[in-house]
Amino acid sequence: MMEAAVETRAAPDLETAALMRLTGVGKKYGSVTVLRDVNLTVRAGEIHAIIGENGAGKSTLMRVISGHIQPSFGTVHYLDEDVVFHGPADAEKRGIVLVHQEILLAEDLTVVENLFLGREVTRHGVIDDRTMEQTAIRQLAALGCTARPWQIVRELSIAQRQMVQIARALLEEHRIVIFDEPTAVLTASEVDLLLDTIRALRDRGVAVLYISHRLDEVEALADRITVLRDGNMIGTYDAGTLTQQDMARLMVGRELSMLYPHKRGTSDAEPVFEVEHLTVPGFVHDVSFVARPGEVLGFGGMIGAGRTEIFEGILGLRPAKAAAIRVNGKPVHIRSVADGFEAGIGYLTEDRKGKGLLLRERLAPNLVLSALSWLYRKIYIDERIENEQLDTAIRRYDIRVRSRKLEAGQLSGGNQQKLLLAKTMLQDPSIVIIDEPTRGIDIGNKSQIYSFIDELVRQGKACIVISSELQELVGLCDRVLVMKDGRITAELRDEEVTEDAVVLAATVGSDAVASREENARDRHHL
Amino acid sequence: MHVTDTTSELVSKESVFQRINWVDLGPFLALAVLVVVGYLINPDFLSPTNITNVVTRATFIGIIAVGATFVISSGCLDLSVGSMAAFAAGVMILFMNWLVPTWGVNAIPAGIVFVLCVGALCGLVNGLVVTLGKIEPFIVTLGTMGVYRAFITFLSNGGSIPIDRSLREPFRPLYFGTVMGIPVPVIVCAAVAIVGSFILYKTKFGRRCAAVGANVDVARFSGISVGKIRTLAFVIQGICVAIAAICYVPRLGAATPTTGLLWELQVITAVVIGGTALRGGKGHIWGSLAGAVILEFIANLMVLSDFISEYLVAAVQGVIIIVAMLIQRFSRRS
Repeated sequence: MMEAAVETRAAPDLETAALMRLTGVGKKYGSVTVLRDVNLTVRAGEIHAIIGENGAGKSTLMRVISGHIQPSFGTVHYLDEDVVFHGPADAEKRGIVLVHQEILLAEDLTVVENLFLGREVTRHGVIDDRTMEQTAIRQLAALGCTARPWQIVRELSIAQRQMVQIARALLEEHRIVIFDEPTAVLTASEVDLLLDTIRALRDRGVAVLYISHRLDEVEALADRITVLRDGNMIGTYDAGTLTQQDMARLMVGRELSMLYPHKRGTSDAEPVFEVEHLTVPGFVHDVSFVARPGEVLGFGGMIGAGRTEIFEGILGLRPAKAAAIRVNGKPVHIRSVADGFEAGIGYLTEDRKGKGLLLRERLAPNLVLSALSWLYRKIYIDERIENEQLDTAIRRYDIRVRSRKLEAGQLSGGNQQKLLLAKTMLQDPSIVIIDEPTRGIDIGNKSQIYSFIDELVRQGKACIVISSELQELVGLCDRVLVMKDGRITAELRDEEVTEDAVVLAATVGSDAVASREENARDRHHL
Repeated sequence: MHVTDTTSELVSKESVFQRINWVDLGPFLALAVLVVVGYLINPDFLSPTNITNVVTRATFIGIIAVGATFVISSGCLDLSVGSMAAFAAGVMILFMNWLVPTWGVNAIPAGIVFVLCVGALCGLVNGLVVTLGKIEPFIVTLGTMGVYRAFITFLSNGGSIPIDRSLREPFRPLYFGTVMGIPVPVIVCAAVAIVGSFILYKTKFGRRCAAVGANVDVARFSGISVGKIRTLAFVIQGICVAIAAICYVPRLGAATPTTGLLWELQVITAVVIGGTALRGGKGHIWGSLAGAVILEFIANLMVLSDFISEYLVAAVQGVIIIVAMLIQRFSRRS
């Protein structure tokens, strides 16, 4: 039904008055200008995508519009007057809301309590749980979120939390809704539902500003596209006039010769890593697989399908049982990440800020944190040694830093990921497991990380990539194992690796259920 | 690759002023201000005798604070140090008194070795219960605080455990003696701090300790054994408490149920004033020492001046820890 609305939608109405107009807006931190001379109009009833590499100034621009920061230059004209927002609450009162990329929910409260936090519905001064519950159920159903109203947020998957956060933003009517990378943690079917919701918002006359790294989404969704590069506004384009290649070229400022390196093809070498009958209670049921040197093995599936948990189980980070785990044919007993390094297994977490790097520590100590025992033979730490390692890593992995004394948290996402990769590779693992190698990373860095992965596989290492990005699995992996509900449902090799095949294997059961329900509903309507 | 070559220039262009880390210097600046203020209030404050006395008194808290810097840096907390000090002092005296008839004065070195072992053991108990039992360190050490305190009350029968008369004289120099005019406890304290800062800043253990405190998950994913590091931090704390007890025993010549009462509060205050974040991360050993001296200076100034009753010393110290936290928060934001 929603699709019908989309199809009959008229072309963007050029007569629509601008809801907001930015003129010459810029932002300066100290002596560093991170955004300059942005002239942007936001119209009611449009989906306006903002694209650009990390550090291009997208988030800064959105934070200006949503009142989190005030511009250093230029004026913001909103609803026929020049405005200065005093904080996000002020902007929200005037009808502008930002859905953050990070999940900002109170983990120990329930879904309903989070949705209505700070704006609880009361009756005669007493909290009115029933009204809030009903609103919550309606709102969550509209987003296709499976979280129950009285579930504690801590128990929810990341995707469910993201949905709750979006539901919270949409609880009240706004004139401008800004989504900052809303789909980074969602899987294909969840993304589809969210995109439908966003289209419905637009059709109600809301202006939607949409930031995403996923150009396929932008192409499918946006009416107009504004491109930022290095803090400059490159231009605003009608979506129909740009292909994904055009967008990438405008963002990067050069032709992207090729995002993915040439595939190597599945390998038939002796497996370097064998896992037999692994069970991680509550997440993974009886999973067996092998990884061979010279190929990239992908793990696909929905978030919550148990992909990350397999490897956390193997590395003793959560309780798990396996009939056998072998490295180079020899059984190993791994109880900790340290044992894993010992056995030649390196694991890059998907959560590089929370579990990968010490954000407030300098680069060199971060780089060598896992390597202290072999790097320093003497009793004391000689900082020259780690600084040499840092120099090597900066050259080897092209980490762009303006000073070596920076803290890891001051690097961009792409450079953090490169630092984390360098940190893991310092252990010289023969099996490299990379969980979401390019989450939240711009295209330029993405392509570099892919070529690093290609390089290490060609050196004869085995590489396992866990990814929620279909394009990445298809573009990078020679063999893909697809998981659903803690089990491996498909093994795809070489040409069999297509987006459709992965989606099918990841959703096969739930799709059947959904179509049955849909049939029942349709019958009911008849 | 080419970008980085120019960056070293950028760094060297930073002015000396910018390169000074004001947060690290904070406690020492505060100490300097306090000295000036103290002199203005009462010139006697700066007399060599007074300064010597005050600094010597600060050494107990200072020595324990060095150990506490490890524990807090690793993201834990030890509330049991005051009770542990009393317990360690008590068993040390009992052990030496028991040895005196056969060993004579040699009972003193034997007692020192013994109490160091007791301290390490007490710390080990704290650490193992925290790490193996996976219980909040606050709760565990709240428990052992009661346990160690009850032990000393039980051993002393509610009274005091005096040191054997024959040991009193030979033991005296450990608190009252001086080397080149510097009181022995001050030298001991400095030695503890030097060894402590070497361990914390220049060894793998120190690195790992700070990493565990800054982010447990990162440490675990980096292959660091969080339990081992934290347990070792508690053991170091225990050894420091024992060293403080060794210096403390000759001062009063006895251990009583009130020995070391509320020391845990002063120790934690000293560490926090010193710039170590209570939630863990980078530890500031010399800052902790400065913190301990600041606390003692303030108490001394309140006695020397007539502005505030000395009965309010604890109140002022309480306010100081809150202000120190506020300053930390303020400086973190910028």
